[in-house]
Amino acid sequence: MRYVLSKIGLLLLTAWAAITVNFLLPRMMPGSPADAAIAKLSRNGTVSPATRAAIEAQLGVPGGSLWHQYVSYLDSIRRFDFGLSYTFFPQPVSELVTKALPYTVILVGTVTVLAFVLGTLIGIGAAWKRGTWMDSLPTLSGSFLSAFPYFWTGLLLLFFLGYQLRWFPTSGAYGARTLPGWNGAFVSDVLAHAVLPALTILITSLGGWILGMRNTMINTLGEDYVTFAEANGLRSRTVAIRYAARNAILPNLTGFGLALGGVVGGSLLVEQVFHYPGVGYLLYNAVVNQDYPLMQALFLMITISVLAANFVVDVLYGFLDPRTRR
Amino acid sequence: MNPTPAPAPASTAAVPDHAPSGPAPLWRTAVRGLATIWAVPKARLGLVILAVFLLTALFAPLLAPYGATDNSFGRNEAASAAHWLGTTAAGEDVLSQVIFGSRISVVVGFVAGALATAVAVLVGLSWGYARGFLADVANFVVNLFLVIPSLPLMIVIATYLQNSGLAMISIVIAITGWAWGARVLRSQTQSLRSRDFVTAAQFSGEGSWRIVFREILPNMTSLITGSYFGAATAAILAESGLSFLGIGDTSVVSWGSMLFWAQNSNALLTGQWLLLLAPGLCIALLATSLTLINFGVDGLSNPRLREGKGR
Repeated sequence: MRYVLSKIGLLLLTAWAAITVNFLLPRMMPGSPADAAIAKLSRNGTVSPATRAAIEAQLGVPGGSLWHQYVSYLDSIRRFDFGLSYTFFPQPVSELVTKALPYTVILVGTVTVLAFVLGTLIGIGAAWKRGTWMDSLPTLSGSFLSAFPYFWTGLLLLFFLGYQLRWFPTSGAYGARTLPGWNGAFVSDVLAHAVLPALTILITSLGGWILGMRNTMINTLGEDYVTFAEANGLRSRTVAIRYAARNAILPNLTGFGLALGGVVGGSLLVEQVFHYPGVGYLLYNAVVNQDYPLMQALFLMITISVLAANFVVDVLYGFLDPRTRR
Repeated sequence: MNPTPAPAPASTAAVPDHAPSGPAPLWRTAVRGLATIWAVPKARLGLVILAVFLLTALFAPLLAPYGATDNSFGRNEAASAAHWLGTTAAGEDVLSQVIFGSRISVVVGFVAGALATAVAVLVGLSWGYARGFLADVANFVVNLFLVIPSLPLMIVIATYLQNSGLAMISIVIAITGWAWGARVLRSQTQSLRSRDFVTAAQFSGEGSWRIVFREILPNMTSLITGSYFGAATAAILAESGLSFLGIGDTSVVSWGSMLFWAQNSNALLTGQWLLLLAPGLCIALLATSLTLINFGVDGLSNPRLREGKGR
């Protein structure tokens, strides 16, 4: 329990740091969001000081000291108030984010767990058969696949499976002709639209898990208890799974939390390729339109989500490995 | 600061007089290191691929049949004898763009990789050597940088620095990409910290700064090389991702921006698969070559990862 409490403390501290980074980032940069908006406006004519003041007030550019700004910023975060989006004016940013978040969380979450399980199994096999083709084939193709840019894998799948073969829908999360609702037609439509983005993330992230598991497994295979188990004449499958893999999976699980950030980053690009209406596509729209409030809120939400996932992995790790609980 | 060469390891102290002088040792160490990497088949493949890309980047103007931004050709042409990979929607030669694009990826990879590694070495080593409160603070900061997803962070910073050039993009990539290396180097420093040679240096009155960077650092050459190639790989992928989103200068011809224009000009509909395939394949190959080289570098620091010793 103390372990979980200390992890909760760390989660809160890290979340606070992330929120503060999010607060400081725009203030450390040259220019301000309001300046950018005014610059856009001034292309169509001169901007009066009154208009300027109105825009600054509207875009949430608060006056006062940095400390004062910080306090009111924290307060608005607490109320889940991120201001209004420029692009989808006058929709509140929080509404846009909550609409997009489930798509990304479900897509990335499912695929990441799948890739982790699959990659770990292949990694175990590769390490056990070290030096044979069963090792070199997955490690070589794994290092090649993990070097694929996510968006490129996405573009290729989109082109060949989507446009050329027409096996899967090419854009969006559901078709224009299906109405959202809990019925078979809609659910199967959503699943069909998710296949290509999911396949992209799976293919590209699989290599990393294979390599990670293979390397920790090889280190474990050198341990004395594995040699001892072999000397006892245990079946090689028992040694591989019950002795080596069981211990090798722990360090790989730590990697899971850290690699998640990379997968999330990659999935943002994938969403842009498939116009999948998740956080990544929204972030892309925010960037293109210089929609700073939306961009900031999305960055914060992505970071907090990754922090939360890391927290879950940490707690899980504590239960799997009693040594960390001391 | 101090022109004397790095202190020789204890074992060579007994060997008389053929210690070479001048810049030769560094050069010779590099060659020997390269030979060690070359001995690993996977790493050899990586070195060959990397060499091809380096030469392409270096001799791009000689190799490319046309200029990278020469748009005097037909639009959306399929592959032909004149244009091996076809032409873009703006009427540029795809092959020439791929060849010139190698320069951006190679330069960003090496520069941003070097910057990130420099920060990682500085933070990782002093963090691993320090104890107490400062180490805790460093621990928190590095972990923060590790968990904040780097691509969104890069996107946000780069968007604020509107139309930032290549140098700025490299710096942004380095700022967001040093934490992993720092963590790896820190744990190695921690394990070296309690070795006898460090204790000996402490007793002989050397300062912490000197112990960290003159005594401990040389022992971690392979680890630093490894984290350099890792950082360079990440930088290449990050740059291509940012260019693909159209962040940074989209008029610069890079592999990422080629794909950005390809998607925005509906190359998917015109069926120009070569335009989609070539730039991404180059990114993947270049990144793979660095990963493959790291198999050889891994072997330097961890004999268990050396090849050819199956159970």
